[in-house]
Formats: sequence, C-alpha cells, structure tokens
Amino acid sequence: MHPILKLVVQRIALGLVLLLAVSLLIFAGTEALPGDVAQSILGQSATPEALANLREALGLNEPALTRYFKWLGGILTGDFGVALTNGQDIGQAIGQRLGNTLFLASAAAMISVPLAILLGLVAARYNGRWPDKLISGVTLSTISLPEFVAAYFVIYLLTQVIPIFQPVAMVFPGMGFWEKLQAVALPVIVLVLVVLAHMMRMTRAAVLNVMQSAYIETAELKGLGPMTVIWRHALPNAIAPIISVVVLNLAYLVVGVVVVEVVFSYNALGQYLVDHVAKRDLPVVQAVGLIFAAVYIGLNILADVISILANPRLRHPK
Amino acid sequence: MRRIPLSALFGLVMTGAFLFCAVFAQWIAPYPLDAVTGKVWEAPSAEFWLGTDTIGRDILSRMIYGGQITIFVALASSLLSFGMGAFFGFLAAVRGGWIDQVLSRVVDVLMAIPSLIVALVVLSVLPISLPVLIIVMGVLDATRVFRLSRAVAMDITVMDYVEAAKLRGEKQSWIIFREILPNALSPLVAEFGLRFIFAVLFISTLSFLGLGIQPPLADWGGMVKENKDGLIYGKAAALMPALAIAVLAISVNLVADWVLSRTTSLKGGRGA
Repeated sequence: MHPILKLVVQRIALGLVLLLAVSLLIFAGTEALPGDVAQSILGQSATPEALANLREALGLNEPALTRYFKWLGGILTGDFGVALTNGQDIGQAIGQRLGNTLFLASAAAMISVPLAILLGLVAARYNGRWPDKLISGVTLSTISLPEFVAAYFVIYLLTQVIPIFQPVAMVFPGMGFWEKLQAVALPVIVLVLVVLAHMMRMTRAAVLNVMQSAYIETAELKGLGPMTVIWRHALPNAIAPIISVVVLNLAYLVVGVVVVEVVFSYNALGQYLVDHVAKRDLPVVQAVGLIFAAVYIGLNILADVISILANPRLRHPK
Repeated sequence: MRRIPLSALFGLVMTGAFLFCAVFAQWIAPYPLDAVTGKVWEAPSAEFWLGTDTIGRDILSRMIYGGQITIFVALASSLLSFGMGAFFGFLAAVRGGWIDQVLSRVVDVLMAIPSLIVALVVLSVLPISLPVLIIVMGVLDATRVFRLSRAVAMDITVMDYVEAAKLRGEKQSWIIFREILPNALSPLVAEFGLRFIFAVLFISTLSFLGLGIQPPLADWGGMVKENKDGLIYGKAAALMPALAIAVLAISVNLVADWVLSRTTSLKGGRGA
C-alpha cells in the first residue's frame, strides 16, 4: 500500500476508535452518575411503583451495556429515540435545526478563513512593525474574551451606538438566502471575531517560520519584493500548517456556535442542547452531544489528513 | 531584578485589585447583594456608581459580590485541576508502563471533544451546585495540566539527580514531591494563571447559559444573563459584568505572559 494511503487510513481508523470511546463516555457520563431518567421525568415526589413501571417501560432495568449498544445501534441507523419532555422524535427535531447551525457556522467560516489568512500574511510581512503590532494587539484581546462577552459588546456597538442591525437573529423556513444571510449578520460577526484571532496568529507563525529558511533568503537576495517572496515562496510551503490550523479552528466553532445561538435566541442545535440540559432531557442531550462530538472529531481528522497529504516528504517516497 | 514591563505591571495591579475586592466584598460593597435600592435600570449616578439592574439592585455591589463567587469558584477549580493534573501527570511520567498508558488514553478521550460539551452532558444529570461545578470544571481542566506536567516530568525523570534518588532507594512519593515537583514548578506557575483564567471564562459561560451558579448567588456570567434584555433598549447594565470578565481575563493573561517569558529566559530560552 502507498505510505500516504496507509497513514490516512490509520488516522481515520484512530478517529473512529476515538469517536466510539467518546460515545461510551457520553453514555456513561449520563447513565453512571447519580440521578436516573425515571426520577427526573416523574420528579422527587413519585411513588416507588410509578418509578418501577416507568423504568420497565423505558427499558432501564436492562444492563447498562445492553442499553448502550441499543442506543448506539439506534443512532447508527438514524433512530435517535424520543425526547422525554415532549415525546417528540429527536431525529426530526435535530434535522430541523442542524441546517440552521450549519448555515451559521459556514457563513462564519467563509468570512473568517480568508480574512484570517490575509491578516496573518500582512502581519508576517510587517513583522514587528506597527501593522503587525496593531493586528496582534487587537486579536490578543479578543482571544481572552468568552464568546458571550464578545457578543454583547458587538450587539451594543452595532445596535445601540451605531444602530445598523437587529439584535435578534430569526430564521424562518420560508426565507430567501439573502434574507437569511442578513438575519444572521450579527451572530456571524461575533463568531468571526471569536475564531479569527487564533487562525490569524497561527497563520502568522507558520509564515514567519518558513521565512527563516535559506530559500527565502535566496529569493530576497535575488531582489524580489517582500510581498512576492511571501506569496510565491513562503505561502506554498506554509500552506499545510495553515490549512490544518484553519480546520482545527473551525472545530472550535462548535463551542462558539452553542453560546452564540443562545445569545441571539437563534433556533438551532446549540440552543436545543442547552435548553434540554436545563430540562434534564437525557436522550436529547446524549444525541446532540454525540453529534457535536462527531463534528469536532471529524474536523480534527480532516486537519490531520490534510497535513499528511500536503507534506511533500510523504508524497514522494524513496 | 529587572524592571517589570508596563503591561505586566498593569496586569498585576488590576489582578490585585480584583482579588482585593473579592476578599473584602462584604466591607467594600455599598449595598447588600439582594437589596432592591433603586428604580429599574437607573443610569450611573453618585448614588449608584454603575447604575441599577433589571429589578433595581445596585450593579456595583452585585459585581463585587459576583466577583467573589466567580473568583472563588475559578480558583477552587483551578487548584483542583492542578492538584489532580500534576499528581497524575508526574505519576504517569515516573511509573510509565500501563499506568501511563491508561491515564494518557483517558485524557485523550476527555480532550477529544470540547470541555463545554462534556460539561453540558454531565450537568444534565448532576445536581447543579457549587461543589459539583468546581469538581466538573476541575476534572475537565486537569487533562491539560496532566499533559503539561507529564511532558515536563518526562524531561526531569531522566536527570541524574532523579536517578541518584532512585538508586539510594527513595520512595515514589519522595521522587515525585521532592525531586520532580520543585524542578517543574516554574512552567507550572505560568500555566496556573492560564488555567485560572480559563476557569473564569468557563464558569461565566456556564452561568450565562443558566447552568452555572444559581440565584440567589450572583456571578458575572449570571449578571450578564439577568441584564441582557436591557441592551435592546440601550441600557448598558449587562456590559458592566462583561467588562469585568474581559479586564480580569486580559490582566491575568498579561501577568502569565510575563512570568512565562521570564522563566524561558532563565532557562536560556528565547524569551524577551
């Protein structure tokens, strides 16, 4: 087998094992801890008989391992079970909201990725001078803010001080693409702010790292302009670490999305998760938690695979 | 001792001020935590320096008490994460073998998904109380300390003086606490600042989502949540606790950066 293919397959297999372990963690985290589903449905005042009946009906008397495999098997075949609080089909509820979450996250990604790379290149070009210091200073302060704090500063600034946006992001099924985009403008700005800093700093670091190589010096001595050197010589060699950093930060959007959706009352998956944690609706929390985990792990695998593929030393085996 | 750079000095002073307010909250706060003293959402005035909140409580007083809870919970959970993470990290490095394997794989799984998601999953079952929050945050954050201290201890265990201690028959606990710990301290101290700030952000986010510190206790994240609706009417009440979180985070970061650059330069590294 080609060594690259072997590495990629290994990495994906490792990711799948990790995902399996995480599913076990999510299941065990909700099942093994004190407190039980029947109790949380019926409340503290429930009679022992009612509890026993409900446990029987929910299949809680079976051993935990059997229930785990039933749960996992259900999810793999698209059956997420029903919510405890309203008896709604979880798969359906997720389906309605997943699109909204993906829309928000991908809009944020579309803007933040090119912007971060551009700012990173500019900062690397003017390394140590004022444009670099300005960009680095601003991004350093946004790194240390939690998402919701950044969100409220942005909301206050763009709805009160300079009133150009609506503070609530509502998306309806009938809306056109542009209308939707306008509606999510504010949450997208917040998400971009949140992920931009890391992406930009790591792009800058990757380019600066390459800039120390001998061939960059050659290019400079040849008399090429600094932007040409970066564009033609540094960027192609820095692209692998940049891509993997970008993908890793997209994974970070998973957390950002949960909080930002709550801030803007945006009806999507993160909001759904937080609501049902408060309601102690275990099947929903397990299912949505697993989806977020899968996306996060998936993006991490993708980042690794890309950096494997982009490594020229692996592409041309001896 | 070299001069302290301006940014680190600012960080130290601000961090000190926050800690002072947190410790002496009962004496500093002008009003009690839950006293309704004014009208709803009053603007800042001589009477209420930062205005009043959604039901007319003094924001400054609530922020001082809120800082006490926020900082206490963050400090407790970062101390827990340090104790656990460093102990298991050193243990994994010293013992190696299957202990190291088991601990490292458990940490891999815990770190494979974002802490917030794990916390949400776990908090859907556990009762939400201060000890539970501290333990959940502490355990989740211990994974990062574990990796750092394991890596640091791995470098130290191969040193001659550790070898000498082993040869003269010292116990494992001696090697961990008397040989490795003192030598691993400086990178861990800088890391402590970062863990603390992470815990502040974490507990604030949880409280903001309504899953952290519960009323009648007040904390900064919860205060943002209480007052967020006012923003639409131009009432900036929610921004005050948000600002407190931001300033504390930036101050501690500045101090940690400085400590980090000092320790790297002490080691002959490239720190400024």
